[in-house]
Amino acid sequence: MALLSRTRLEPLEFSRRWWLRLYVGAIFLMLYLPIITLIAFSFNESKRNIVWRGFTTKWYWKAWNNDSLIDAFVNSITIAVISTAISTIIGVMLAVALWRFRFPFKSAYEGLAALPIVVPEICMGVAMLAFFSRVTGFPTDWIWPLNLSAITVAHIAFSFPFVTVIVRSRLSGFNMELAEASQDLGASEWQTFWNVIYPYMKPGIIAGALLAFTLSLDDFVVTFFTSGPDTLTFPVKVYSMVRFSVTPEVNAASTVLILITVVTTLFAMRFQSPDKIEPEN
Amino acid sequence: MSTPIISIREVTKSFGRLKAVDNVSLDVMTNEFFALLGPSGCGKTTLLRMIAGFSNPTSGQILIDGQDMVSITPDKRPVNMVFQSYAVFPHMNVMRNVGYGLEVTGVAKPDIKKRAEQALERVGLSDFTSRMPDQLSGGQRQRVALARALVKEPKVLLLDEPLSALDAKLREQMQMELAGLQADVGVTFVIVTHDQDEALSMADRIAVMRDGSVDQIASPGELYEYPKNRFVADFIGKVNLIEGEVTGQKGDKISITTEMLGKVAIPFGGDDRGEFNGNVCLAIRPEKINISKSGVSKNHPAGKDYIESEGKIVDWAYYGDCSHMIVASKNNQRFGVVIQNSRRDSVDALDIGDDVNLSWLAQDTLVLND
Repeated sequence: MALLSRTRLEPLEFSRRWWLRLYVGAIFLMLYLPIITLIAFSFNESKRNIVWRGFTTKWYWKAWNNDSLIDAFVNSITIAVISTAISTIIGVMLAVALWRFRFPFKSAYEGLAALPIVVPEICMGVAMLAFFSRVTGFPTDWIWPLNLSAITVAHIAFSFPFVTVIVRSRLSGFNMELAEASQDLGASEWQTFWNVIYPYMKPGIIAGALLAFTLSLDDFVVTFFTSGPDTLTFPVKVYSMVRFSVTPEVNAASTVLILITVVTTLFAMRFQSPDKIEPEN
Repeated sequence: MSTPIISIREVTKSFGRLKAVDNVSLDVMTNEFFALLGPSGCGKTTLLRMIAGFSNPTSGQILIDGQDMVSITPDKRPVNMVFQSYAVFPHMNVMRNVGYGLEVTGVAKPDIKKRAEQALERVGLSDFTSRMPDQLSGGQRQRVALARALVKEPKVLLLDEPLSALDAKLREQMQMELAGLQADVGVTFVIVTHDQDEALSMADRIAVMRDGSVDQIASPGELYEYPKNRFVADFIGKVNLIEGEVTGQKGDKISITTEMLGKVAIPFGGDDRGEFNGNVCLAIRPEKINISKSGVSKNHPAGKDYIESEGKIVDWAYYGDCSHMIVASKNNQRFGVVIQNSRRDSVDALDIGDDVNLSWLAQDTLVLND
């Protein structure tokens, strides 16, 4: 679009080259067209996702009044909240231990802790299924919300390493002299942790927690293997609804999930962005 | 001034096979401004960190005010430190930074406020109490670090390369201020530095360190005029070194033969600077050398022994108040000479390529063992 601009093209101004704009545009179209279609048809009057028959919000009301869908949604939120809380605590503690202390086989621990990030989810799911049904016999017929404990434990297992990785990378930029200064001024190890190290870690902790929350909320594979008939989560429920037909009700429910995920991710990104990091002394 | 506040006794610190500090013993006196000076890697920071308690000696003892410090953690020691990076807490404002040391030890809130305000006034930051550290300049952050340490009323204030991050002008100003502050608050200061100007201008006494051990502990003047060995002479200020050999000793004079000067007789005080035998080194400071154009009469006052040499000016650097010259002798030894530009026309008197005479008082020559 050099014709439109008055200034000359700078060597690194790729965004002003028409072919690159076209390419980027095509990619975004590929990425977001399906999602935009999904959201658009959640407002469609017709029962089928093919022709547009006019605007309505009735599918949202229908989804809202679908008891089993709402149950699944409540399950998902409950699991996400509990697993986020626990995996954040475990993840932060692990990050601090790996960063601050010296102990034998430290690098082995570090590798093992990061393993759930790279293990394929399907393997994780099958392993969890085997573990809960054969090894421990975790019952899924306990009263709510205890019947969700198997899924929650599985979610904690795959999400706390993400918290650890994020907090650990944040800590690697910490100026050790700050902790020493705190000690030098008379603070105990405990006071130093809460007054100096924790405030520094906080953006990392929040980012990690929000990531753990979204991971748990929209997890399908692991949950599918660990859920029982009465412990459906939102993604698993949507899947079972889709098996009959894709109704605009599913669209509406998915739109709500997308909204929640996007909002949480935006928060996570805001807390992770470099300008939130205080300048070094 | 006479009682030691810190006694370091035969302290050694090993990291694996490396001895970062090797059998160091020294005393720091009450109310003294003491400097640990040496090139990087000489163990000065390691020694300071052991005084602060961030690491323990492998062997030996550190006493502060008569009390053995080995099993005492940093938070319980009566010393405070100003860190090289200043380590001002980035999420606390100036006031809270300065009050932090009182806050964590349970001092009452109104007391904290009063004492922090006093400390901030002392370092000239009274108007900055609610600023955050990222709104302060490097010099101001350093004052916060100073106030934060002083508010604890330590017996000793430790400073780790406190001026290294400041620009030259500010550094000079802070040197004066630190020295003034030390006299003002009457706290013992121990400063670690690799900058000899810093140590010379501020400290009462300086310990020169090399490879983990202390070469010499003396006042700045003594260190400069009477360095104990070649390393100290070379590290503190500029010096010209001439290799030579001892050929005899007559009364209070020592005869030395050098390639450049021939045979010279140097008076020496006969103090504790030891016996000189075999190969030695003559040292002469650049500013103690007189320089004049060849052929111009020298007018040495009678009754004094002078050592003389000649050469050619090969390089010249102008510094405003003084000029540094490099003179090459006949055997191509390079000689640094400093002249004061005490008159405007001093600069024009000599130029590159001029043949010159060099002379200096025999008594200003140092004889050093290697």
